[in-house]
Amino acid sequence: MHSDCIVIMGSNMAEAHPVGFQWVIEAKERGAKVFHVDPRFTRTSALAHHYVPLRVGSDIAFLGGVINYILAGEHDFREYVLPYTNASFLIREEFRDTEDLDGLFSGYDPATASYDQSSWHYESSGPVLPANLRPWAEEKEQASPDQHGSGGPKLDGVAGSIPSDPTLQHPRCVYQILKRHFSRYTPEMVEQICGTPREQFLAVCEALVENSGRERTAAFVYSVGWTQHTVGAQYIRAASIIQLLLGNIGRPGGGILALRGHASIQGSTDVPTLFNLLPGYLVMPSAASHPDLATYTSTICGKEQKGFWCHADAYLVSLLKEYWGDAATPENDFCYDYLPRITGDHGTYRTVLDMVDGKVFGYFLLGQNPAVGSAHGRIQRLGMANLDWLVVRDLTMIESASFWKDAPEVETGEIVPERCRTEVFFFPAAAHTEKDGTFTQTQRMLQWRDKAVDPIADQRSELWFFYHLGRRLRERLAGSTDERDRPLLDLAWDYEVHGDPGDEEPSADHVLRRINGYDLTTGRVVDGYTDLKADGSTSCGCWIYSGVYAGGVNQARRRKPRFEQDIYALEWGWTWPMNRRILYNRASADPAGRPWSERKALVWWDPERGRWTGYDVPDFEPTKPPDYVPPGPTKGPDALHGDDPFIMQADGKGWLFSPRGLVDGPLPTHYEPHESPVRNALYVQQGDPTRKVYGRPDNPSNPSPPEPNVDVFPYVFTASRLTEHHTAGGMSRTLPYLSELQPALTVEVSPELAAERGLEHLGWAHVITSRTAVEARVMVTDRLAPLRVGGRLVHQIWMPYHWGPTGLVRGDVFNDLLGITLDANVFIQESKVATCDIRPGPRPRGPALLDYVAGYRERAGITAATGAVVCTTCGVKHIEQEVRR
Amino acid sequence: MIRENSLYGPLDDVAADAGHLEHPPRVGFFTDTSVCIGCKACEVACKEWNLVPDDGFDLLGMSYDNSGMLGANTWRHVAFVEQDIPLGGQRTGIAELPTGPSGTPVMTEVVAARLRHAERGGSELGTNPLEVHEPPQDLGMPSFSRPGDDGADGHGAEGRTDFRWLMESDVCKHCTHAGCLDVCPTGALFRTEFGTVVVQQDICNGCGYCVSGCPYGVIDRSPLDGRAHKCTLCYDRLHDGLEPACAKACPTDSIQFGELDELRERANRRVATLHDRGVTEARLYGEDPDDGVGGTGAFFLLLDEPEVYGLPPDPVVPTRDAPAMWRAAGIAAAAFLTAAVGSFLGSRR
Repeated sequence: MHSDCIVIMGSNMAEAHPVGFQWVIEAKERGAKVFHVDPRFTRTSALAHHYVPLRVGSDIAFLGGVINYILAGEHDFREYVLPYTNASFLIREEFRDTEDLDGLFSGYDPATASYDQSSWHYESSGPVLPANLRPWAEEKEQASPDQHGSGGPKLDGVAGSIPSDPTLQHPRCVYQILKRHFSRYTPEMVEQICGTPREQFLAVCEALVENSGRERTAAFVYSVGWTQHTVGAQYIRAASIIQLLLGNIGRPGGGILALRGHASIQGSTDVPTLFNLLPGYLVMPSAASHPDLATYTSTICGKEQKGFWCHADAYLVSLLKEYWGDAATPENDFCYDYLPRITGDHGTYRTVLDMVDGKVFGYFLLGQNPAVGSAHGRIQRLGMANLDWLVVRDLTMIESASFWKDAPEVETGEIVPERCRTEVFFFPAAAHTEKDGTFTQTQRMLQWRDKAVDPIADQRSELWFFYHLGRRLRERLAGSTDERDRPLLDLAWDYEVHGDPGDEEPSADHVLRRINGYDLTTGRVVDGYTDLKADGSTSCGCWIYSGVYAGGVNQARRRKPRFEQDIYALEWGWTWPMNRRILYNRASADPAGRPWSERKALVWWDPERGRWTGYDVPDFEPTKPPDYVPPGPTKGPDALHGDDPFIMQADGKGWLFSPRGLVDGPLPTHYEPHESPVRNALYVQQGDPTRKVYGRPDNPSNPSPPEPNVDVFPYVFTASRLTEHHTAGGMSRTLPYLSELQPALTVEVSPELAAERGLEHLGWAHVITSRTAVEARVMVTDRLAPLRVGGRLVHQIWMPYHWGPTGLVRGDVFNDLLGITLDANVFIQESKVATCDIRPGPRPRGPALLDYVAGYRERAGITAATGAVVCTTCGVKHIEQEVRR
Repeated sequence: MIRENSLYGPLDDVAADAGHLEHPPRVGFFTDTSVCIGCKACEVACKEWNLVPDDGFDLLGMSYDNSGMLGANTWRHVAFVEQDIPLGGQRTGIAELPTGPSGTPVMTEVVAARLRHAERGGSELGTNPLEVHEPPQDLGMPSFSRPGDDGADGHGAEGRTDFRWLMESDVCKHCTHAGCLDVCPTGALFRTEFGTVVVQQDICNGCGYCVSGCPYGVIDRSPLDGRAHKCTLCYDRLHDGLEPACAKACPTDSIQFGELDELRERANRRVATLHDRGVTEARLYGEDPDDGVGGTGAFFLLLDEPEVYGLPPDPVVPTRDAPAMWRAAGIAAAAFLTAAVGSFLGSRR
């Protein structure tokens, strides 16, 4: 709302986040310029000032072009960049850029397709070891960058002074490295890679630069259009570099707004459902690297580093006290050994492949419909058909509960209902209106909702299910002397409950208090994470949520209308951490603590009162003056200078260059998607050299250059949502009012592609990949247009992904078209781009479909090795060993 | 007793004209299509609140519009219009792409062909298009050479150069002179104290006069109960001091509810603002008390001619000519009477 320019990219905000989009409309009415950069003209584009087309999967080339534009013209906000970012820091001599190694950074190991990151470090004392105790390759196998969550990775030797060149001229300073790295990302190159006409691209650059600086701010908005790529994390890195260079982080109207996938998915990463994280982005201990508590904490904060991550011991011990209560004592490392350990990749896709291979016996699905909603739907269903038991909790009988009788594989004969071994237990779930609790939305805001009506019949809340599951398991194990049952039996499973005995509903309010944390010496709730201690005298279920019950009041339940408070509405809900609405807002003031301008004032130093103040809660130690310099060697928060706004980072600075933490490189680099019809125009290296592939016959890839037979799948396709439907459709295809608004699976094509392939508006067509073929009704529309990429024409196809075999409106499963290839940083699948063919008419049915797709694979010469040569020139195939059952 | 302008022309106080001696100010909708994002929350909220049944699961192919039009089971309808022309104040990168001709005419033709073959749903006077199961006639796809074939430029003069996507949430107009109400023989339709027009299904006998009486094609008979249904402007909610469900649900304030006089002022300011910003297409539809229905209670800011959105360009309430017709009939009757009397007088001679 405070932005002067909004660039929406990798997001169809108006369609997928219509309620949030009201603020874009509001900003537009206040004079903001709105850009929508997207492969397709959508309902978001319809409301933008400027729609800018680009080829799906080419965003880093585009954003790198913006960075080059800023650096080449010296348009950066120098007064911000110098003190607040690592622009002036020197990088080690051993570092080699992609410009030197044709698309690879220094440290690449072809055998493991991972990087030794030590050469990316700042030029400072001491050798650089892999995170924790494990080899570098294991960082990739455990998606470590994900674990850096709300802060940055550990970095040693950065609490003191780091060699730097404030003139930004030294050839090894970050600024110069950045300049060299992006020097070939010219408007001409952007046009050639992205298919974006030069003038259109330059319009975005100019608007961003014009609307940044002291008086103005610009914002980026993205959603899963940026994340669901093999290089997704680097898309966001690229935007971070732009925003740091332009001084748009920590300031009103600036920032990079990540719009989450659906209600409270932010909450499910904060109190995580991810295999490698504990609540509050604490690392899940690894068997190899975290033998005991002391080692664990030493791997999170380096010996000489700044920032609040150095209090991780207090956060973890308080978590252990919350889990195991009185059983957690200093003598037993607060039951640290009760925590599970990870040994490698246990991500959702690895797990599904393991199901196929018979290594997994049971599966819980809660509010998830992988039979429709996850990439490679076929493997999802075949995996689930090979379990002993499957528990599904959902509002309706979704495909993941009924796949054994209505999956497409039943039609092809691959799943025989009579012989499917999986026993499915379906539990009807209570809806959000039928239970108390919080949602955490995209701005990290917790909003409490009160139960409106009682659930009917057997429908129960998630809390009820897990509370009673735990209770029953503990009853079954009562009296056990087996050591491995101790973690379960020692759990502090003592939540307040109400209702009928045996059917008690746990108190969501009490759970929130437990998440907030208690001072165990007084029995009172703590007021925030700075109250947490590492000596076992406090408990806290999620340190970043600490403060949500500050003062004994449910802060998330505050609903003071915005008309009755100032524009930041601090009394509506509660935002982690500490109710701060804009992270790193120290940067909204200049190094001396004064607002950059009256127009963009947010927080500032009040010299008379000797504290930070402003419209938002300062994201800084409240009484640390702007000119503070620590008197001697120290670490953690004490080591933060008065002008170190990025208080979670090891050096207190915004990272233009990531000296460590990302497994695929310190700087974003344009790589083609895993499946692409074109050759990388910038480097010999074609795709991301660390992307996670699962090279096996049941997970085939379409060929990409320089592999042969690329023309068998000549088109690029992408998928996204419609406003009218909800993700995998369980909450919309079952409802008449939503089903009637978008009643059928469609495939959108340009008139040019329709002519080329003989497709008719409203007629049938089917899209084919090496995985399967999916049929849909054709929508010929001007909203898609061919692009000219590297001298050839590239057609793009779009489909929504909401349909499946059950519900009021049915259709083929879009996700069956996709294979599994992941971003090595966070293990998200590349589901936003792949290659395909499209033909008129419905697809073949029954077993004929399998033959039809096999014919395509044969013509394209596809084997398990296709796409598995992740380093283009190294010659190593990353193929999985055949698993014998 | 018919007052002046009770049937046609400007009328300051519709509620008083209908006999509400003391009444709240007239309320209505201002639907500003320049901020509509086509989310259809209005359609869903309307059906949820008013318990309107679904209208069939038919893919219509009219861009993202699968409701088709207003009817007995659709009281809010969002139109989607794809056009290969620019929108004021907006820039699209399409002109410089290697495109061929626009696909919009083909899309329109396919949809029109299907509509011609579609059965009529609702009453025979209703206008619900249904799915056509036989394929439409071959209309011929545009026969242009593939883009990229014709030289370095990639697109010739015939290439599409621009695009805009218009969205508009349509609703009953709650006319100052409501054709449906004036022709209703049972009194099922009535003018509320808020100046809106509401059907009472328990009185409606399903005669369907109102369907032909509405110049906008809004009101329709339901195939389920044979009675007439349409937007009530959430009469029940108005009684409780709430705004109608659609306006409440609209995330971008495209649908604005309020007192009609204030809405008209707001709308005029909005048009001026948009004109200043280069959106010269912006114009109001239905706010003029001098139009054929005496101005509507629900009016619109459009970005193209009304026909583009499926709205009649110059709607006229059928009762406009009623006084003249009655006068003509009266004169004719008088003439007959005179002639008859005259014939008797003459025969006496």
